Amino acid sequence: MSDSDPIAAFRVEAGDLLDQIEQALLDLSNRLDDRGLIDAVFRGLHTLKGSGAMFGFDALATFTHHCETAFDRVRKGLFPATAELVHVILSAMDHMRALVDGDGAGLEATGDAILARLQAALPEGGATVQAPLAAAQAATADEPPATGWHLVFRLPATAMANGTNPLSLLDELRELGDCRVVALCDRLPALPDLIPTECMIGWDITLTGNVSRDAIEDVFIFVMDDMEMSLTPFAIAQEAAHAPGGIDAPSPALPGPVATPQAVAAPAAAEGAARQAPRAGESVRVPAERLDVLMDRVGELVIVQSRLSQLANSGLIGATGEVALRSISEEIERLVSEMRDTMMVLRMVPIANLFGRFRRLIHDLARDTGKAIELLTDGEATEVDKTVTEQLADPIVHLIRNACDHGLEAPDERLAAGKPVTGQVMLTAAHAGGEVLITITDDGRGINRERVRAKAEGNGLIQPGQALSDHELLQLIFAPGFSTAAQVTNLSGRGVGMDVVKRTIEGLRGTIDIASQEGKGSTFTLRIPLTLAIIEGLLVRVGTGCYVIPLAAVEECIELSADEDLRTRGRSMIRLRDALVPFLRLHDLFETGAEPDPHQKIVVISAAGERVGLVVDQIIGSHQTVIKSMSNVHRAVNSFSGATILGDGSVALILDIMQLVASGQQREARLRAVG
Amino acid sequence: MTDTPKTPWDDHGQLEVLTFDVGTEQLAIEATDIREIVDLLPETRVPGAAPLVASIVNYRGKIIPIADLRVAFGMPITPPTPDSRIVVIETPIDGEATHIGLRTDKVHEVAMLSRSDSSEPPQVGLRWRREFVREFVRRADGVIVLPALGAIFDATPRQSSRGAGHE
Repeated sequence: MSDSDPIAAFRVEAGDLLDQIEQALLDLSNRLDDRGLIDAVFRGLHTLKGSGAMFGFDALATFTHHCETAFDRVRKGLFPATAELVHVILSAMDHMRALVDGDGAGLEATGDAILARLQAALPEGGATVQAPLAAAQAATADEPPATGWHLVFRLPATAMANGTNPLSLLDELRELGDCRVVALCDRLPALPDLIPTECMIGWDITLTGNVSRDAIEDVFIFVMDDMEMSLTPFAIAQEAAHAPGGIDAPSPALPGPVATPQAVAAPAAAEGAARQAPRAGESVRVPAERLDVLMDRVGELVIVQSRLSQLANSGLIGATGEVALRSISEEIERLVSEMRDTMMVLRMVPIANLFGRFRRLIHDLARDTGKAIELLTDGEATEVDKTVTEQLADPIVHLIRNACDHGLEAPDERLAAGKPVTGQVMLTAAHAGGEVLITITDDGRGINRERVRAKAEGNGLIQPGQALSDHELLQLIFAPGFSTAAQVTNLSGRGVGMDVVKRTIEGLRGTIDIASQEGKGSTFTLRIPLTLAIIEGLLVRVGTGCYVIPLAAVEECIELSADEDLRTRGRSMIRLRDALVPFLRLHDLFETGAEPDPHQKIVVISAAGERVGLVVDQIIGSHQTVIKSMSNVHRAVNSFSGATILGDGSVALILDIMQLVASGQQREARLRAVG
Repeated sequence: MTDTPKTPWDDHGQLEVLTFDVGTEQLAIEATDIREIVDLLPETRVPGAAPLVASIVNYRGKIIPIADLRVAFGMPITPPTPDSRIVVIETPIDGEATHIGLRTDKVHEVAMLSRSDSSEPPQVGLRWRREFVREFVRRADGVIVLPALGAIFDATPRQSSRGAGHE
């Protein structure tokens, strides 16, 4: 996708817009009478319809038009917003997404089905007190009255600075029919205070002719969001009490039609483009000041570079030259590390992007399960690497589904247990050191240890009666092939198991932990490293190859004495203080074919509470490791999580700790079995 | 990628290729797929990887695998000579454009092949797996093999048969 492709740009914008509408709808489902939200949804739909039509997405425009029409009636107070209506519009949003992403082929049936439900959701036919008026106004939304319109509008003060020409708007109106235009000068300041670039004039227009409301609104489509406008058909001469348009919410005059002023979830939606994960050519929005910082560093680097070439050309040798060179080298080192940090920050996006979409999930889950569920979030401003955010989505969706499906009890069960009827799912994010901590907490029934044990014994995961710590017992639910759900429901049985969740988290070099109290609820804690790009590593040598062990996993380094080496040849267990720790000889594992050094070292690594020792020839030291992915030719080689480039330009492989610990445990299990 | 792809002859039945030696054979790859020809680079062995792509190198800051086509064609592995070069190509693997370095014994020239000289690999009597060869092209100095790289890399077990060394 190229930046100049208008269709692609529209898709990104429409994606943002849909996200905004969805957030507003979800808020609306909690506060059904909030006029601000109703207006926000309506404006969003209207903008989407307009720009969709402009970019040739006719199916989208037509479909959105129906939703907009329905919502327009709600906005006018003809119908109350109902949970059912919100739900239908939410499913309509999904359909619109499909229309935005594709060409709409083969989707007509889905669209028609949704529209039918939309009709059903609207209390048609005079159920309200204002029935006659409703009928009249409902008609105006679709079909124009014959006489004409009375229109009063004011543009925001910044309109002209933003490139809106009021005169061309008036011209467009004149094309629709005969206009009588009266300028409203009541807001004009005194001459000394007048700022000529600001638009303080309003217009009062009487438009006669057979014109539809939509045609008039289309004239204002690009300014609609910021302007004040009242539009009254002649048929209903009384003043409209409501002034549509976002004069209540301050808008930071963002460019483009996406800038719907909206008090709801603006930051969440702002970077919606970033979470269109599967789409090619994804983009990240970066605050400008962060780019400025980067630019400053690049500027400095250019200066240092010219100092370096000056030095190279000066022919300065000996001690003086060396001092000068060292100072430049230090300077570059500082700049590079600063640039690295800045660059990392550029990749950071607030986790609100991720949390935002779970609100919809909870809404749907509550509907499907018939449970009342409330989603609480905390720490949405926590920033995480963009790649991490994307990969976290699926595991968290699964954990939330689990919490709602298995964790939370049915309403009557909750009442019986003395809990509030509404179940709570709490989602939090926080930074802790170089990691981000994400917790998913429910106040449901908690994990039933007996059932877990029975199930694991049934599946042959553990021996009957095998002694397990509470931690080990809970970790069993992450084992492949384990499922506590007595029957697979629509919610949980989606082909993703907890083992996949664990694997994904571990793929991000993170860990997952469970705390659960029966009757009180469960908490899943995910610890994810902030970034996937750079880690601290311990550089070791095995044979002739260099390998990097992530330093975070290293517990200690000890020497493998010659006798110990001999003694442990057969069984590969070492006594470390009070515990027996299995160890892996990397020489054997990597089949180096070389003779090990006489003084071997053991690097003890740990992951998820399990320890394993790695026998290496030499420990070289700590190393700032820039992680590079290996090509997909090597994707199945699972001992390594990536590779990095060393100071001399050669390549070192990065060990996959999880994999090594797992194989260490296998070995330990086998040795125990042998006796 | 499992089907042997068609050779992209142009409208005049011509194809611009780079010719090079691998073992005892002369091979050719479309010039459009060639990224660069570089001297041998220090290689890092990947324990547990398939013998065809047993090592990786640092190619301009990117980690790329080095493939030895001699393994695919069952030729004996000989030590590098002063003529040995790495030919870096870009080819789709699992639908992703991937840089791969081909270990070659000698790089010849960029040549123009013509379709009239080419023939499909015979059904019988071939020493190699038939799907690894797209076409043979006759030339004055012998026969040039157009390898089917997609098939070769797809057929590679992504892991050595012994597993990644986890016993």
